[in-house]
Amino acid sequence: MPTSAAPIRVVLAKVGLDGHDRGIKVVARALRDAGMHVIYAGLWQTPEAVVRTVADEDADWLGLSLLSGAHLTLVPRVLHLLHEAGLDDVGVLVGGIVPEGDVAKLQEMGVARVFGPGTPLPEIVDFLRGHRRASHA
Amino acid sequence: MATATDRSAVERWERENAAVPLRDQPPTTVSGVPVNALYSPESLNSFDPETDLGYPGQYPFARGIHASMYRSRLWTMRQFAGFGTPRQTNERFRFLLEKGQTGLSTAFDLPTLMGLDSDDPRSLGEVGRLGVAVDTLEDMHQLYEGIDLGQVSVSMTINAPAIIILAFYLANARNQEVDWSQLRGTIQNDILKEFHAQNEFVFPPEPSVRLVADVIEFCTEHVPLWNTVSISGYHIREAGSTAVQELAFTLADGFHYIDTCLARGLDIDAFAPRLSFFFNAHNDIFEEIAKYRAARILWAEVLRDKYHAQHEASWKLRFHAQTAGCSLQDRQPEVNLIRVAYQALAAVLGGCQSLHTNSMDETLALPSEHAVTLALRTQQVLAYETGVTNTVDPVGGSYFIEAMTRQMQQQGRQYFDRIEQQGGMIDAIERGFFRREIADAAFAYQREVDARRKLIVGINAFQESEESPIETLVIDETVEKNQVAALGRIKAQRDALAVGQALAKVRRVAGTSENLMPALLEAAQARCTVGELMNALADVFGRYDGAAKW
Repeated sequence: MPTSAAPIRVVLAKVGLDGHDRGIKVVARALRDAGMHVIYAGLWQTPEAVVRTVADEDADWLGLSLLSGAHLTLVPRVLHLLHEAGLDDVGVLVGGIVPEGDVAKLQEMGVARVFGPGTPLPEIVDFLRGHRRASHA
Repeated sequence: MATATDRSAVERWERENAAVPLRDQPPTTVSGVPVNALYSPESLNSFDPETDLGYPGQYPFARGIHASMYRSRLWTMRQFAGFGTPRQTNERFRFLLEKGQTGLSTAFDLPTLMGLDSDDPRSLGEVGRLGVAVDTLEDMHQLYEGIDLGQVSVSMTINAPAIIILAFYLANARNQEVDWSQLRGTIQNDILKEFHAQNEFVFPPEPSVRLVADVIEFCTEHVPLWNTVSISGYHIREAGSTAVQELAFTLADGFHYIDTCLARGLDIDAFAPRLSFFFNAHNDIFEEIAKYRAARILWAEVLRDKYHAQHEASWKLRFHAQTAGCSLQDRQPEVNLIRVAYQALAAVLGGCQSLHTNSMDETLALPSEHAVTLALRTQQVLAYETGVTNTVDPVGGSYFIEAMTRQMQQQGRQYFDRIEQQGGMIDAIERGFFRREIADAAFAYQREVDARRKLIVGINAFQESEESPIETLVIDETVEKNQVAALGRIKAQRDALAVGQALAKVRRVAGTSENLMPALLEAAQARCTVGELMNALADVFGRYDGAAKW
């Protein structure tokens, strides 16, 4: 029941080994400036650690950033672990370099949205505002 | 200064200029620095061409580090390449040499960059994907097989495990009977910018810098033509810094390496000439040119006046440039060809010694052969068709360029002071100074783009509703399996006792102030892996957990 006044809770994490964190840090600031509660878990997060953070933080959204090309290996593992933890209603976003053909694959697996390079920040903010997690809505 | 007639001309221009409204907001550089409507002799107070500008090849090297620059020798066209197994990358290297490339530049995959073996669980999905996987000396052998290492200069982009990879390279050269005195090339070996920007660090800052200094010390004595560090602003800029931050943080990193080596008792003139630099070539042509010039002037000044280097070679800042990956867009990717061409022009007008031009498809995937060829052709057109190489430093003396070069020097010095105020390089890293500065700049830039105060073709202006996809390189999924299998075979065949002894020796030496290179050379021959050696060093140095500062 938390009213719409309760801030949207977002966990952001870099999964895998790549250290490109310019994008995720810029997004973190924009979401925070838009009034959301943002937890940036940092670099080199394993799928297991990410899902623990999501559970601990009672997040509405999980944003994963990858610019390494390992998205088809790592994202399905995160989705699987979320499912096992009963966290299917957490919305999952992917940001980074994802080839066109892989975007559809990730969305079929259950990713809500893939944001590529050059996405305007207001577009990300609006998307998150428009979709609350079912159990929090 | 100005005569009576000059004055009236200036006043008339000021009147006429003020009468016409600006096309849009007052212009700023890509870094957000305001730019005046006009630059004139008055923009250059007490500028003395003889001392402030000087001559090419002479202090303060504003006009370039060589007397005749590209009239005698073009820059080295050096395209960064690497993917898949060492054999696949070896094929790409031979392809590039055949197309007229004049030096090699090696990209390693993320597990190798982070010091992990291909069979490490954390490497899953990343083996051979963004670069070539190197686990053992065998891989190093395959990577450069059939290429004469005594002839071709080889650059290797790696940092945290740099000393290990260089040990493999030197061991391989020895096995190929190439004398180390003939080896020409560069190992990036610049760990400080990893803490500021790129995040490929493993050990804490101090032992990390010790490894950098071990490489400098060893090569100074044994591999005299090798560039021991490529002090890099490139990644700082890619992480979102301004041009001045790129310039200042990079030079400050260089000064810290110098301080470390001097504290060991090395002679400045013995090692300073083999320190090299690596800068970004971003969109703003004149800002970039001014950045390269300011970098040369500041480096020369500090090396001569603070460190008292006696040899001109120690004062000369030599640099590689790469066009800005972060400026490439995934919409209308062919337009990237044009961005890259202008960026390459800036690097050449700025006097670079070598250049990598990005391929148009790099926001989508690793470059295809077609895209790499076009990127190399871009440099060849610049070198042979445009005439920019005909005279030395064609932009020198431009009021605008000289005013910006001066401004960059002043702002660079201000950053040197601020770093000192933080307690020096290591303390500034620990306090998150660099990360905060860079993140603030990255955020400010993105806000400018979102507000359409900065326009990007295809992104917030001139979009196409329908785009035709371009063909991109697909990495074969069997690469990881093959590399892991090859590593398994080597581990099964090697002498386990020798491996254990070599690792124990590395651990022991790591705990002393002795140079680690000799122990690592032995470990390379014993077929110790990159991951095993990194673990041995981590046993002594510990691991650094990069704080998630934003």
